[in-house]
Amino acid sequence: MSAPASDHGHQEPTSFAFTQENLELAKRIIAKYPEGKQASACMPLLDVAQRQHGGWLPRVAMDAVAELLGMPRIRVYEVATFYTMYNKNPVGRHHIQVCTTTPCWLRGSDDIVHACKNKLGIGLGETTADGQFTLGEVECSGACVNAPVVQIGDDYYEDVAPEHIDGIVEALKRGETPKPGSQIGRRSSEPVGGPTTLAAFTTQADD
Amino acid sequence: MLRDEDRIFTNLYGFQDFGLDAARKRGDWDNTAAILNNGREWIIENVKESGLRGRGGAGFSTGMKWSFMPKNVVDKPVYLVINADEGEPGTCKDRDILRHDPHKLIEGCLIAGFAIGASACYIYIRGEFYNEGSNVQRAIDEAYAAGLIGKNACGTGYSYDVFIHRGAGAYICGEETALIESIEGKKGQPRNKPPFPAQAGLYSCPTTVNNVESIAVVPTILRRGAGWFAGIGRPKNTGTKLFCISGHVNKPCNVEEEMGIPLRELIERHAGGVRGGWDNLLAIIPGGSSVPLMPKETCDTVLMDFDSLRDVRSGLGTAAVIVMDKSTDVVKAIARLSSFYAHESCGQCTPCREGTGWMSRIMQRMVSGNARVEEIDMLLQVTKQIEGHTICALGDAAAWPIQGLFRHFRPEVERRIQAYRNAAPLAAE
Repeated sequence: MSAPASDHGHQEPTSFAFTQENLELAKRIIAKYPEGKQASACMPLLDVAQRQHGGWLPRVAMDAVAELLGMPRIRVYEVATFYTMYNKNPVGRHHIQVCTTTPCWLRGSDDIVHACKNKLGIGLGETTADGQFTLGEVECSGACVNAPVVQIGDDYYEDVAPEHIDGIVEALKRGETPKPGSQIGRRSSEPVGGPTTLAAFTTQADD
Repeated sequence: MLRDEDRIFTNLYGFQDFGLDAARKRGDWDNTAAILNNGREWIIENVKESGLRGRGGAGFSTGMKWSFMPKNVVDKPVYLVINADEGEPGTCKDRDILRHDPHKLIEGCLIAGFAIGASACYIYIRGEFYNEGSNVQRAIDEAYAAGLIGKNACGTGYSYDVFIHRGAGAYICGEETALIESIEGKKGQPRNKPPFPAQAGLYSCPTTVNNVESIAVVPTILRRGAGWFAGIGRPKNTGTKLFCISGHVNKPCNVEEEMGIPLRELIERHAGGVRGGWDNLLAIIPGGSSVPLMPKETCDTVLMDFDSLRDVRSGLGTAAVIVMDKSTDVVKAIARLSSFYAHESCGQCTPCREGTGWMSRIMQRMVSGNARVEEIDMLLQVTKQIEGHTICALGDAAAWPIQGLFRHFRPEVERRIQAYRNAAPLAAE
């Protein structure tokens, strides 16, 4: 059977097989759930498949998950299309996702989106011609006191200003991982300049 | 102001290590066996007496919730499920517990699981919190290795497993039955209730679903005594609470404070005050995006707890305080929330699936004023037709911010509509 046509114009691969290492991982994941409830492993296995396949899930990968778990394929398609973190189309090597929900918007996420578009030369939902970057917009990332927030891969970049975007993208281009977290030097969610509480706990327990 | 010695989350900001050794130095896992040996009833009674109300938004008594679980279940397992699917806009408190104080959560999972007779616990962590989930997994591994959980947990003879289940990007999975569906490997669509999870939850077994913060405070409450916790805050609104202060403040932050702290004091003491000063305040959403906003005059005096905020027709929700100064396009701020809910509706119930889209599209036009004045009442009518007519509360959560906007800022929207018509009288007809 030929590869199914995609409405986004990408080429669907015709086969997918989990690596031996990922099959072992899959066994450990399935073991977390009671016997007979292996469908619970559907979400984590889709994640494993997506990571193995360069950040997106072709239909054949969903089929491989269905087969491994003894689920009807349609049940796996339902899950894969319901959750936004499963990418049904190819994404770039670096998936840049800007949070634009109200708390980030109040802190200037429009300017972050603008800076990303300018730097990458693409719009939201698009991928650069060299396949390196995909730019997206996401709903609340859940790091609102460090807004605006940009998620790149598994990492959060926080307290981001438009002028940080250039350096982050350039570092990614060089193959480096820019330092995640606050871009203005905060430890985490404490007020800028230092905590107003817990003075005794701002050093390691051993100190 | 809460004293440091009464703060539970002493590593909230992660200045110290999150691992077991450092957690023990902070008092976690200190003779947990003694707590368990007091028995299930003792634990539930003490949590009830502490006045702890669920920290996920609904504010229901945690001890009461546990007491609804069937006793002496022999034919099937019982589960504890932790809701770490934090995604209510404005809210980022559980993230700090997961990444900086995971042992408080895991110890709480053991105690709570023991109290309801559970054999295992699943912690459902939103998929985007990849690194946070990894910290929790490391803490779980440490707890197993130290014999704190697993077979013969803490040497009590009780066997208890803790697992992580990662989400994959769906706000609706924060609704407890959608979360259960998601763990079962399905689309996260809420279930009709009854049956309630206490009767038939995960895998149709008796299940309690609790928020991260609700569970993580339990070990400290039981160590220091229900009376200690109940003595902080106000009657029926007791204890300490993590607040997230975002938006137009000088120093956005998370902080643990006492329930019932005046909103203004919370912002000025910890978040560096409103940008441009208190008089530059326009409005505040006090409990995450789902609760109605409050105009400045309400913010001047309101106390931050469940009942005080309910009395001013808003809510404590997740205690995520979203501050908007006078530069804010408040209509656009709420319209953005409307598009959030339209995006996150699971599509199961028609009033929500269709209604959130209608509301979002009308709200977009209200931003520019490209609407007729009569449409304001039509929009409010739509919010009423959604509210209370869906399986879960997402429909209500989508309706309330819009109702709050028009309760307090209707003249502003009417002004925009008039201005739009004045600028383009023909186009507006």
